[in-house]
Amino acid sequence: MTTSTDHDSATLWRDGRPVYDRGETVCVIGAGPSGLVAIKNLKEYGFGVDCYERETGVGGAWNWRHDRSPVYASTHLISSKPFTQYPDFPMPDDWPDYPHHGQVLAYLERYADHFDLRPHIWFGTEVVKVEPADGLRWDVTTKSTGGYGAERTHRYTAVVVANGHNWSPNLPSYEGLDDFKGKVIHSSAYKDPAELRGKRVLVVGGGNTGCDIAVEAAQHASRCWHSTRRGYWYAPKYVLGRPADQVNDGILALRLPLWLRQWLLHLTLRLTVGDLRRFGMRKPDHKVFETHPIINSQLVYHVGHGGIAPVPDIARFRRHSVELSDGSEVEPDVVVVATGYRPRFEFLAPDALAADAEGRPRLHLHAFSRRHPTLAVAGLLESDSGLFTLVHWQTVAIARWLRLHEAAPQRAGQFWTARVAKEPDRRWVGAKVKDTQRHWFEVAHVDYLRALQKLIDGLAGAKA
Amino acid sequence: MKVIRFQDWARPVPPVRREVRSATPEVDEGKTPLLFVPGFGHGAWAFAEFWLEHAAGRGFPAHAVSPRGHGGSGDSPGATLRAYSHDVVQAAASLPRQAVLVGHGAGALVVERALARYPARAAVLAAPVLGGWATFANALRRNPAGTLPAVFGGRLRMRPRQLFSREVPQAVAREYAGRLGRASARAQWQLLLHRAPEPAVGDPPVLVVGSPDDRIVPASALTRAARRYGGAPLLFPGMGHDMMLDARWREPIDAILDWLDKSGS
Repeated sequence: MTTSTDHDSATLWRDGRPVYDRGETVCVIGAGPSGLVAIKNLKEYGFGVDCYERETGVGGAWNWRHDRSPVYASTHLISSKPFTQYPDFPMPDDWPDYPHHGQVLAYLERYADHFDLRPHIWFGTEVVKVEPADGLRWDVTTKSTGGYGAERTHRYTAVVVANGHNWSPNLPSYEGLDDFKGKVIHSSAYKDPAELRGKRVLVVGGGNTGCDIAVEAAQHASRCWHSTRRGYWYAPKYVLGRPADQVNDGILALRLPLWLRQWLLHLTLRLTVGDLRRFGMRKPDHKVFETHPIINSQLVYHVGHGGIAPVPDIARFRRHSVELSDGSEVEPDVVVVATGYRPRFEFLAPDALAADAEGRPRLHLHAFSRRHPTLAVAGLLESDSGLFTLVHWQTVAIARWLRLHEAAPQRAGQFWTARVAKEPDRRWVGAKVKDTQRHWFEVAHVDYLRALQKLIDGLAGAKA
Repeated sequence: MKVIRFQDWARPVPPVRREVRSATPEVDEGKTPLLFVPGFGHGAWAFAEFWLEHAAGRGFPAHAVSPRGHGGSGDSPGATLRAYSHDVVQAAASLPRQAVLVGHGAGALVVERALARYPARAAVLAAPVLGGWATFANALRRNPAGTLPAVFGGRLRMRPRQLFSREVPQAVAREYAGRLGRASARAQWQLLLHRAPEPAVGDPPVLVVGSPDDRIVPASALTRAARRYGGAPLLFPGMGHDMMLDARWREPIDAILDWLDKSGS
């Protein structure tokens, strides 16, 4: 990669600081799964790309060496290979259906090498500010993660934000938490079951991470309570000897109405997993597909063996115990709070992403800024399947859009007005998904991909 | 560009043991790796005979994959074109850098399908058998006894003189023909009746090479194939269908490598 580094080469200035013009180059923020696929697809569409990555390696959340990685020693995928891999770069045939996080990192590293992406990435470089400049272009200010050297500003033709959304812990506030004498950690800080060995553990959160950690606690801790807000549907990883998501997509391919699919799944789960109330778990207060799917074959098994005690929501913390909403009390040594993460975009003015009071960006297809045609976000999705496929097609759409924007501005303008700027907010989900903090960018992969297909087709002929 | 792929998601191709034969240059010059894909009945051995070493000698890491049921790969009686192209994409993705796909005979049809799944740096279709009724009629006219059984799920038998020019000694031609295996009956039928492949991912440059004296692929088919990719075929008169095993095997592979050198791949 070539770039300007000495002040003499700066021809532009902003607030008395030099700005180095990168011409038609696109800036990608982050070299995790979303950033890598953005670089690759933008390159494929003929763009120059500079990517800034605060860590020293690729992989983002999947690189356990990174400060902000949420993975722990035993993390495995919960979507099977065909849903997880990029559609044009399959995972090896001899890998298992549900690879280990180490394999996912190896896959991402191989992807970066195979498509020669590393020369485009500035490692150890953090993006401090992204500001609109000169009409449709962007000034991106960076600094070294280690704090060495001064900040530098480069001007880009477009920006693709791929900074991930699973690194800033969402910590709910509880009454009495400050006085609690036990140890409280967020799941992002949990790395190894040794941390739980012999302890009394309370795991909070009914998501996939909460369930996985509860299963680990069942095997290593002296006691485990698992606190959830509501009852959930627990889908096993295998149904009829095949990965459950593959069976589900076999049903989706039949294009049955949602109610019939829900009925079929309720029936399958009743026949395979059974009535969870028998185990002391609560009946789900919603239909299947109305919350993010929980894929876990072992939770019910360990509840059945007494290794996990399901308990309701937390009411308040006391000095040495935790009071639950049913009035009962438990006395954990360690509380693992698996309450998810919040997306953060501190380097951008909230206005650029039309973010609401809670910081939720309002983007067309969860990807395109409605205010700035040359600003997009990649990978800001929670999906009922793996994310890599979705973000691949998202970045193909972004690359096609930017190409059209450059090659045929008039057609692009019409397209923008008709399809992006004015299109009302839509939820790309079939079912009525719970309106909670974690579900606002939930999508059903088929509904979402159909919408992307329409967009990509609409941008046809935009190739370089 | 097909985004929704229920078949790939819900019914992934089952894995099978895959034979990949390789020849790599002594010094890595950073050139694009080549992946050769043999046609029906052939295996990676067909390229290992001359082309792999020659390409490696010119600095290109060269690999050849045997699709399932061919060469040294695992058996797979019910294999489809989708399974063959899956094998090619798997082999390509396992290489350290983005590869050039070179398909010969019906292997070119497999490569066309693989290109819709894998963004190759470039592709070469050598003596491409892209199927359809015209190919079938041509094969039936030249070799009815070898072609007819395939209609009923039997083996497609090529005569040595269909595959090689007269410059290849009779005994050598017979020996090569004797090493041929067979594609699955389903794949043979799909050669006749198949949907047009989806467009190639990443729009790679495609070169068509062949011989006007090929007794399987008529010159008109070569022209048609090349036109689809906006070019004209590169022709090598006097050569048989199996260009990589013919007496003048060096000419087409040198032309292919020259083209890759020139296009910066």
